[in-house]
This record gives sequence, structure tokens and C-alpha cells, in this order.
Amino acid sequence: MIKFLLEKEFKQIFRNPFLPKLILFMPVMMLLIMPWAANQEIKNIKLSIVDNDHSSYSERLVNKVIASGYFILKDVSGSNDEALKSIESGKADIILEIRPEFEKDLIKTGISNVMISANAVNGTKGGLGSAYLAAIMNDFSHDITSEWGLNVNKEIIPTIDIVPHNKYNIYLDYKVFMVPALVVMLLTMIAGFLPALNIVGEKEAGTIEQMNVTPVNRLTFILGKLVPYWIIGFVVLSICFILAALIYGILPVGNLLTIYLYAGIYILVVSGLGLVISNYSDTMQQAMFVMFFFMLILILLSGLFTPVNSMPDWAQMISKINPLSYFIEVMRSIYLKGSGILELLPQFFALCGFALFFNTWAVLSYKKSN
Amino acid sequence: MKDIVISAKNLTKKFGNFIAVDSISFEVDKGEIFGFLGANGAGKTTAMRMLCGLSHPTSGKGQVAGFDINRQQEKIKQNIGYMSQKFSLYEDLKVWENLRLFGGIYGMMEKDIKTKTDTMLNHLGFSAEKNTLVRDLPLGWKQKLAFSVSIFHSPKIVFLDEPTGGVDPITRRQFWEMIYEAVSEGITVFVTTHYMDEAEYCNRVSIMVDGKIESLDSPKKLKEQTDSQTMDEVFQKFARKATRNPD
Amino acid sequence: MKQFLAFVKKEFYHIFRDTRTMLILLGMPIAQIILFGFAITTEVKNAQIAVYDLSKDATTQQIIQRLQANEYFTLVENLNHPDRIDQIMKEGKASMVLVFSSDFQANMMHSGEAAVQIIVDATDPNQATTMTNYASSILGQYQQEMYTMYNSAGFTIIPQTRMLYNPQMEGAYNFVPGVMGLILMLICAMMTSIAIVREKERGSMEILLASPIQPILIIISKAVPYFTLSIVNLITILLLSVFVLNVPIAGSLSLIIFASLLFILVALLFGLLISNIVQTQVAAMLISGMGLMMPTMLLSGMMFPIESMPAILQWLSAIMPARWYIEAIRKLMIQGVDGIYIIKEFVILLIMIFVLLIISLKRFKIRL
Repeated sequence: MIKFLLEKEFKQIFRNPFLPKLILFMPVMMLLIMPWAANQEIKNIKLSIVDNDHSSYSERLVNKVIASGYFILKDVSGSNDEALKSIESGKADIILEIRPEFEKDLIKTGISNVMISANAVNGTKGGLGSAYLAAIMNDFSHDITSEWGLNVNKEIIPTIDIVPHNKYNIYLDYKVFMVPALVVMLLTMIAGFLPALNIVGEKEAGTIEQMNVTPVNRLTFILGKLVPYWIIGFVVLSICFILAALIYGILPVGNLLTIYLYAGIYILVVSGLGLVISNYSDTMQQAMFVMFFFMLILILLSGLFTPVNSMPDWAQMISKINPLSYFIEVMRSIYLKGSGILELLPQFFALCGFALFFNTWAVLSYKKSN
Repeated sequence: MKDIVISAKNLTKKFGNFIAVDSISFEVDKGEIFGFLGANGAGKTTAMRMLCGLSHPTSGKGQVAGFDINRQQEKIKQNIGYMSQKFSLYEDLKVWENLRLFGGIYGMMEKDIKTKTDTMLNHLGFSAEKNTLVRDLPLGWKQKLAFSVSIFHSPKIVFLDEPTGGVDPITRRQFWEMIYEAVSEGITVFVTTHYMDEAEYCNRVSIMVDGKIESLDSPKKLKEQTDSQTMDEVFQKFARKATRNPD
Repeated sequence: MKQFLAFVKKEFYHIFRDTRTMLILLGMPIAQIILFGFAITTEVKNAQIAVYDLSKDATTQQIIQRLQANEYFTLVENLNHPDRIDQIMKEGKASMVLVFSSDFQANMMHSGEAAVQIIVDATDPNQATTMTNYASSILGQYQQEMYTMYNSAGFTIIPQTRMLYNPQMEGAYNFVPGVMGLILMLICAMMTSIAIVREKERGSMEILLASPIQPILIIISKAVPYFTLSIVNLITILLLSVFVLNVPIAGSLSLIIFASLLFILVALLFGLLISNIVQTQVAAMLISGMGLMMPTMLLSGMMFPIESMPAILQWLSAIMPARWYIEAIRKLMIQGVDGIYIIKEFVILLIMIFVLLIISLKRFKIRL
């Protein structure tokens, strides 16, 4: 019996003027555009400098800042007011202001200060810009200290040699970080939204009535809906792998089969959720909005864009019951770190649990009679 | 000996305070064409949906094809065909694909489906449209196809909910020929309609007013009882009592 | 006019009757504001770290204690084998491991060659950089203290940092304008297009068009309820961000409202245009979803800085109405600039309205 139902679903999908195109083009578009757009790398911070001191130290400092490569020097303003205007109009992101007595104070007391004003509307950008500047100040004072220090009698100079090592993504490429997560997003949208629209679509067309009067059992009916999306999910996944390798040269470090295994379970989770929503909805518009509402929350809290660890406790609790956070972690771990099933067992059981939960719910909430 | 295939006893359906079907009782014999007459909103469709296992009765008992409508709904579904008021075949599937889908769901063999599709379409003079998408068919043909689908798996009983709504007189005539053919093959037909001329084609007719069965008998006897010339007159006499607005 | 009002009433009934969609439409801005305001943060907090301490002396103990005391880090494990480094990262239990070389204290005091390796899980580059920075600065500070214990103080330049407009560096300041853009786009464009196409699909559109009322008024009557809903949402968002997130409205409220009205108009016109082109609800959803929502989220600068994008995408983002709206709102609401600084944004939105209006009017003539 299921054979006939599957035949029907596939014919309907292929005959739809939109769906096959969507299934093929959406991964292409997403992978082509998203990694470039969804980039939180902070580059090109625009700097405006106000040097009120014009001393040799202040000029050395300015040169050091420019030479650091973190900033694009936008202008050297005469006054702080002028610099503030360039921030208001969006020309500059950060101002470095050097006081008139900068050099004199430094030599006399050993301490001097500079003023940094950052546009903090984007907190990350403001924070990072000022952190870079502060680091340069620190460096600069070390430079001067050691220049002068040559004359002081040297005792013990305790030094800690810091050797940073960026594992898994040595060039700190944001795209490497985003691509596996984008694959998750794609799977979620295609394998989640399409089923959400499916059953309710049959309700709106009236065809569900003809189905309900047949002896088809609920499990078979739901399976008939699930399997096509499962296969579509795998197609999408494979397209993504190929594109990621071709466009970005990102190959999974871990085992490809492990990814398919987890993806196979994950697709069942989201399709199940989609079907549940479809079962409870009366119109496609409604299904769409309910799905959109949940997806938005789940995606934002999944750690796709921002780290889960930094979230407040309540949000971390939600991420514990969010299938997306598990699968994103799995994808990034396998794809970038080469983790295996053994390291990802908790996620495996969690995802299986979700799959079972949502699909049982989908079967139970599909009512053949009222 | 009479062979009863549908029976209802005090069947009732309430939606909140609204009593859609109010304690109806009747029996249908095997091979009969049983007509359910009534104005829009009289409760015909609701009653039929309960018999088909699409709707749970609020109270009352009933049996269809020997199975209890309260508990054995899925068993009933094995034995019936159903054609809903609103066209509900898959518009984006072809004619033969719809037949194949429902044949398959009712557990017919692959081979039987193929041969029966061909004979059926041939018989209807419909072979040329085998590969047409259902959405491209004219309404009359859609209705005939929907009926064909409902009896494709040779059910014991077929339920037709206003099967000829919106169809021209010639097609309606042809449609009733199809119904008679189905009866000759031993299928019991349960049909709702509000076309009174169609009531004349039925063996027995029940007239529903405001959720209740006002009268039940053969068209001939009904006319005698009410001293009327046509079924239309009969119906007018009963329906005058209605207080419920058509929806 | 009376007929028109009757139509508008009918549309409101449609919306109010679908309680679930209503709840979501009204709840969505609230949920988003709360999420963006409280949960979505790019800061590093409680990052899980581990140490692999080969010397286990007083100095390393002190450093580890300082790391632990810091709000940025949570120490989860003291590793005792180098293989565990890779493993703990693969399990996702720690995202940074500090490796202290053996004889750390002695080396630091004598040869000056004490090494700490900061191994960081760089899958998230931003997090990795920030964590390395924090750890380095904690180590640097410690070194500085040790230095001053033995030497007289050197030169120091103290940077005094002012964070303009957003002293606490709250993520909300950046996101609120973005949420406004997204919600308004969603309701006006997506909802309107779906609502109109549904009538087409059900065939009831023809009945409406057959009525004596002008077609264009029918279309407008469909847009009115969604327009009203967007105003309600706009007010909700503004109230929430002021009273819940404590994001002040620094600039002129009337300009903010004016900018929003312009944007709502653009979004409504998009919705009407989509409903005019497509025949099915699914198509309307896909087009407004893929063609409007996704680009709005990605390219409008609400989440991702436009400057970091390659030139083509920057170009693309220039034709996103949301980009200009969000920019205007950011300037008006957060920075509190004067009207003259947002003339550019206003002009661009007006041009968009104009172009969309011409296209839709042309298309309506053909189709109706």
C-alpha cells in the first residue's frame, strides 16, 4: 500500500512547478551567497584620528596604529567635534584622540592617557576596535619602556611566551564556520517547511477527505509523507557536500557516512515537526506562520550564529530541547574537527529521541475522523 | 430473506449546542438505491459522514457492512466507496494515476488495477483521457471519474454525497446509468441529493428536515401518502415545516 | 466608500477568526525582541576551557585560578594526557585548552622562556579570536604584575574608552532596528500576498472582482488590515525596546514613524506585486520567503555587517529596502542624529515606492 502512496507523493512533487526547482536551486543559492553574507568577521574598521599633541611620540603612536593593519584611516580631524560628526554620518567607526600634553605627561610621570571613542551600536565592532587600539597602546608603552629600560639596571624580567594555536580552522575563516551550519539550515527549511505545507495542502484541496474514507492506516499515511522528504533531504545534503567542496574547498574531516547517519535522523525530526504542525493547521498560511515562528526561535537559539554558552540560563535550557542545536554541533564537529560517533553519542540519542517523539505525535495527531 | 447492510438506531450528532443529526433510525437492504433527501443544512452530509467512519456519532448506534460505526470504523472503510460533495481527487495526478492510487490503497493487485482501469475507461468512452491531468477535465467528467474511483475496488456499499451537483442534465442522466450498472453488480448505493427528479430513481427515499427523518418509503408510496403528483410536491409538503435556515 | 469599508471589515474578520495566526503575528515581535535582546549575544561568556599543566607549580596554579575567577571562562577539566586535548574538543566539552610547559615558574624567573600554548577551537573564528585575546590579556596582566614586583614601573599609556550610543555594548541596540525591518516585511509583504492569492486559489477573487466595486479598492481593502497590524507591531516593538530592553529612543519619534510608514508602503507594494504574479499560495510563500525574507535577514545588515561582504553582495544589499530602513532607524533611534543625516535613506525609499507603484499599476491594467 505504501508503494502507491509514495508513487503519488513523488509524482505530485515532480509535477509541481516550483518544488523541483526549489530543491535544486535553493542549496546552490544558499551556498553561493550565504557564506559571504553571513559573515560576522569584523574587518575594515574605519578610524578617525585627532592628534592634539603633534609631538614625536604622538606621531610614532599614530604611525604604529596605522601600520597595525586593523584599521582604515579615514581622516585626521582637527577637533573631536569634527571627528564625532564623521561617526554620526557613518564615515568613521572609531576615534583615537591624543591629548595636547600627551608626550610631556608620559615622560614626566610615566603615565599618560589617550581617548578612544567607538561607535558601539554594533557592540562587537566597537568592542573589537577598541580592544585592538588598547593592545597597540600596550605594545607602544612596552616599546618605550624597553627603549628606556636599556639604561636601567636589569634584574629579572619574567616573561610568559604565549603561543596561540588555532585548531581546526587555522586561517580563522568565517566561511569554514558557516558552511556546515548552512547545510543544517537548508535541511531544516526544505525538510521542515515542505511537510508542514503538505497535509494542510490536502486539507485545503479536499483530497484528504477521499484519503480518510479509505482503510489506509495512519502510520502508513504518515510514512508515505515522510519518506519522500527523507530522500529529498539526502539529495539536498549531497548537493551541499559537492558545492562546499567545489566552491570553498571544504571537505569533511570526519566520516561522510557518519554525517549521513545523523542527517538521516535529523531530517526525520524536522519532517515530523512539520507534519505535526500541518496536522493541527487549517490553512497553509497558518501552517507557514506557525512553522516560521518556531523555526526562527529554534534557529536563533541553536548556536548557528552566536555561541550557546554565552546565552542566559533560560535560553540554554531551551537549547537543550532544540534539535537544531544538537545537529549543528554534530555537523560542525564531524565536518571541521573530525569527531566520530563515539564522541557524539549524547547527540545521537537526543536526535533519535526527538525523531521518535515528533513522528509518534505526527501519527497520533493525524485524525481520520472527527 | 432480507439482507440488511446499513442500519442506524437513534444516530445523533451535535456540534456544541447545534444538533446536526437528531436521533435518526433506518435500515438499508443489500442492492438497494437508498436516497437521502433534504434541503441544504438538513444534516444529510453529517449523517453520511458518520456512516462512512469520517465522523464520530455523539450518541446512537449503527452498523455498516456488518461493522459497528462507533468502534470498527477502519473495517467499514475496507468495504465502502465514497464520493464527497466537494471534488476530492488529486488534480495534479492523471486519470489513470488516481485510479491506480486508490485501487492500490484498497489493496488491489497491480495486475487487476491495470486491466480494470482499461475496461472501465473503455466502457466510459474515456480511454483518450487516460493520460490527462484531472485538473484539465471538465466538471462532468470529473464527477464521473470520482464515481468510478469510488466503486473501483468493488465495495459492498457506495456512499455518494450530492454526486450530480452542478452537472448538466445529460451528464446527470449518464451518471444515473452508471449508478444502475453498479447496482446490477451487487453494490448497494446510498445517495444524498436535493434534485427531486433524482429521487424518483431511488428504491426508497428518506426525507430529512432539520436533522430528523420526516418520512421514509418508496417514491411511489410517498406520493400516495401525501397525495402528490411528483416527488417535488412531496418534498415541499415536508420541507415546509423546516425552521432551520439553509447554510 | 461604504462598500469599501464593508470589504475592509470582511478582511478583518478573516484575520481575527484565525486566532492562531493572529497570536503569532502579535507574538512574533515580542519573541524576537526578547531573543535578540537577551539571548543573542556575540560576546564570550562562560566559555568552557581546560588546562593541561605540565609543571603544576605555584605560578601555574595562580594563573589557572585567575582564569577560573574570570567571568569569561569556566574551567571544566584538568587534563592529564596530551591526547585528551583533541578528544575533549571533539566532544565539544571545551573550546580552549591552555598548555603550560614544564618547570614553568623556574623558567619564567630565570631564562624568561616559560611558554603557554593557547589551543583554541577555531571553528567559530570570532569566538576563537576573542577567547585568545582574553586569555592573553589575563596572562599579560599577570606578567606585568610579576614585572612590577621586581622592577620599578615602566611607561604606561592608559586608554580611556568611551562606547558611544551604547555604553554597555548591548546587542539589542544593534538588533532592534533589524527586528523592526524584518517584522514589517513579514507582515506586509508575505501576509498580504498570501491573503490575496488564497482568494485567487479558491476562486472567490472572481466573485469579488465581479462586484461593482473597483478592483483596485478590493486590493487596497485587503492591504488595510495588514497595514493596521504592522502599526500595532511597530508600537509593540518600540514600547518593548524602550521599557524592556532599555534601548532609548534618542532621536525624533515622528521621523521614526515617518520612516516606518515609508517602509511599510514599500513592503505592501511588494506583497501586492507578488500576489499579482503568482497563482498559488505555495508559490507566494516561496517567493516572499526566498525573495524577500531571506535577503532581508542576510543582506540588510541586521545581523551581518555589510562592509564585510564582497562587492556584489554589497550591491545587492543596496536594492534591499530593509537595508535603508534599518540604517535610517539605527541612526534615528540609537544615534539620535538630526534629520539631515538620513535624507539619503528617505530618498532611496521614496524612489523604491515610486518604481514599485509604476510596475504594479502597469500590471494591474493588464490583468484586471
